[in-house]
Amino acid sequence: MEKIKSLADLKKKREQLQSMVGLRENGDNAENLVQIKVAMATCGIASGAKQTMEAIIEECKNQNVQAVVTQTGCMGYCYAEPTVEVNKPGSDPIVFGHVDVQKAKDLVNKYILNNEILEGVIPVNYEKVENK
Amino acid sequence: MANYKYHILLCGGTGCTASESPKIKANFESILAEKNLTDDVQVVATGCFGFCEKGPIVKILPDNTFYTQVKPEDCREIVDEHIIKGRKVNRLLYENPENKAHISDSKHMGFYKKQMRIALRNCGFIDPENIEEYIARDGYKALATVLEQNDPEATIDIMKKSGLRGRGGAGFPTGLKWELCRKNAADQKYMICNADEGDPGAFMDRSILEGDPHTLIEAMAIGGFCIGATKGLVYIRAEYPLAIHRLQVAIGQAREYGLLGDNIFGTDFSFDIELRYGAGAFVCGEETALIHSMEGKRGEPTFKPPFPAQEGYLKKPSNVNNVETFANVPVIINKGWEWFSSIGTEKSKGTKVFALAGQINNVGLIEVPMGITLREVIYEIGGGIKGGRKFKAVQTGGPSGGCLTEKFLDTPIDYDNLIAAGSMMGSGGMIVMDETSCMVSVAKFYLEFTVEESCGKCTPCRIGNKRLCELLDKITKGNGTMDDLDQLRNLSRVIKDTALCGLGQTSPNPVLSTIDNFWDEYVAHVKDKKCPAGQCKALKQYVIDPEKCKGCTACARNCPVGAISGTVKMPHEINQEICIKCGTCIEKCKFNAISII
Repeated sequence: MEKIKSLADLKKKREQLQSMVGLRENGDNAENLVQIKVAMATCGIASGAKQTMEAIIEECKNQNVQAVVTQTGCMGYCYAEPTVEVNKPGSDPIVFGHVDVQKAKDLVNKYILNNEILEGVIPVNYEKVENK
Repeated sequence: MANYKYHILLCGGTGCTASESPKIKANFESILAEKNLTDDVQVVATGCFGFCEKGPIVKILPDNTFYTQVKPEDCREIVDEHIIKGRKVNRLLYENPENKAHISDSKHMGFYKKQMRIALRNCGFIDPENIEEYIARDGYKALATVLEQNDPEATIDIMKKSGLRGRGGAGFPTGLKWELCRKNAADQKYMICNADEGDPGAFMDRSILEGDPHTLIEAMAIGGFCIGATKGLVYIRAEYPLAIHRLQVAIGQAREYGLLGDNIFGTDFSFDIELRYGAGAFVCGEETALIHSMEGKRGEPTFKPPFPAQEGYLKKPSNVNNVETFANVPVIINKGWEWFSSIGTEKSKGTKVFALAGQINNVGLIEVPMGITLREVIYEIGGGIKGGRKFKAVQTGGPSGGCLTEKFLDTPIDYDNLIAAGSMMGSGGMIVMDETSCMVSVAKFYLEFTVEESCGKCTPCRIGNKRLCELLDKITKGNGTMDDLDQLRNLSRVIKDTALCGLGQTSPNPVLSTIDNFWDEYVAHVKDKKCPAGQCKALKQYVIDPEKCKGCTACARNCPVGAISGTVKMPHEINQEICIKCGTCIEKCKFNAISII
């Protein structure tokens, strides 16, 4: 084991290790972070939602975006799977349809980082119980 | 490193371990392996979440789902539903007792809402046996900062300004303690951790050791640097095997990473830690007795001065702090004294960990800012009294403390307010009592404890407490007189004034505080020979109502001591001389003919 010899060493080590607990820390602080929900019911998975989720996690990591990526059940938009809901703090959640791997990357780079709306937004036509 | 999408955290504290959490972990691991999910889901055994009432706890992140009372056979459903399909398992979620709604996020649970976790920041969050998770949470950064600045006096100054006071009970300012020890020059000094947690019902130190052992190591090294010690000693009770194991693992890892040993962080500072085991004597929590026990002598206190800062372990200047006190140190260095001193009340800064026990719905470990009221702790965090019964008193400070009654429910909790109210902070045990608790018996319970734990060195404690205990016993048996009550008070004061150490000086507190707050209850025992709470066996009488008794002989046949006599179809009678008040007859009577008076 390489010994830690200075504060700078420790900081470097910490950066390497950050990802170990990053997911837990983000989960603990979810209300202040971007929350991304990937619909992962049978229809979603069959249309490639697993790959979509992988791509989102990967891209968030590459672009250093602190986000909470979770899977959720069927949102009901089976015609537009894979569907992804993005909830940025302070703005209304937006649901995107037909999110394949490429679109997943765009989602992170364009919408999350630059507020650019992508094509394929599904108009939200329901109200959530928790908002009532 | 695997790119985990989910973390399953499960409690690996002593309580949840006893309720099969290791088996739950093994089940999760084998089910995940079977489904090929080991690269997607990480299973981590953490320290205590505090909500022991509802253990074993399983928490799933990043969606912060808090499952309670999980059994090994629930693992498959959690993996199938939650991990694979993204649907929470409702039946395992915490149920809000008020409206029966399921709460999935622990932040919305009454138990956690008012808590603020500083000392327990990593408990239930990291794997205590993995130093890397501690480092990822800014672990050892405070030590590195302190060593890099290389100004022990400035660090002591930070501790003083932060207002941190000893969490072991007495509340002595930590920075000042360090400064006093630093001033005494010597070739060798010792930084000692008091992990001899002995108050009945208190287990915060154990939880910190089990859940976040590295915080103790880091803080002891910081303290050692400040006072000029190169050696740290942890005095821990042998009855804490899990805590000892985790601490040993942590010390080994810290040495491997060069965070203990010679030239830490490439500086001139060297520091290492050894463990010393205690046999579980309460008096060894007193610092002079603790030091003697570590030296291999009898665990008996000696008169102060000399204080340990002057003449401690092996006659060298030593500094003794409690586990919870240490756990606050790295955070104060990292976040600054201004931040820490902004929490709490004027004279008590920061937070305090309490172990909630007794007749309360949410038994467990909580950390709250100083200045919170008892009402918030008992009703909002603790979820109120069990069975909807009425609150009677809360005992704080263990055998050295006292009872607080309803009139103190809205008093902000801090060191000074608790003393003014006739109790004390102590190490943070909080035993909640309802109307079915007899206060004379409560005092007797604590005195029995003290009598057993008194080291016997000084007469007031050895004989005085024994006499107090006898008087209390006499009262609970219905043989007390009003003179006995005066005697209790007088003797208590004498013991307080003349005992040698903290144990004896505080041991009469439970008596004095119950007499002051529940005088009527003592009088009821003495004058009316009645126990209002119905707890004192000797003052209970079981009687048969001849009107209701049909002479079925069920009671007589089941009485274990043959105290009931009578002929068939004629009313029976209980011989009070023989009756042992076991209550069997009441259970067996089908006609409700037996009652307690």
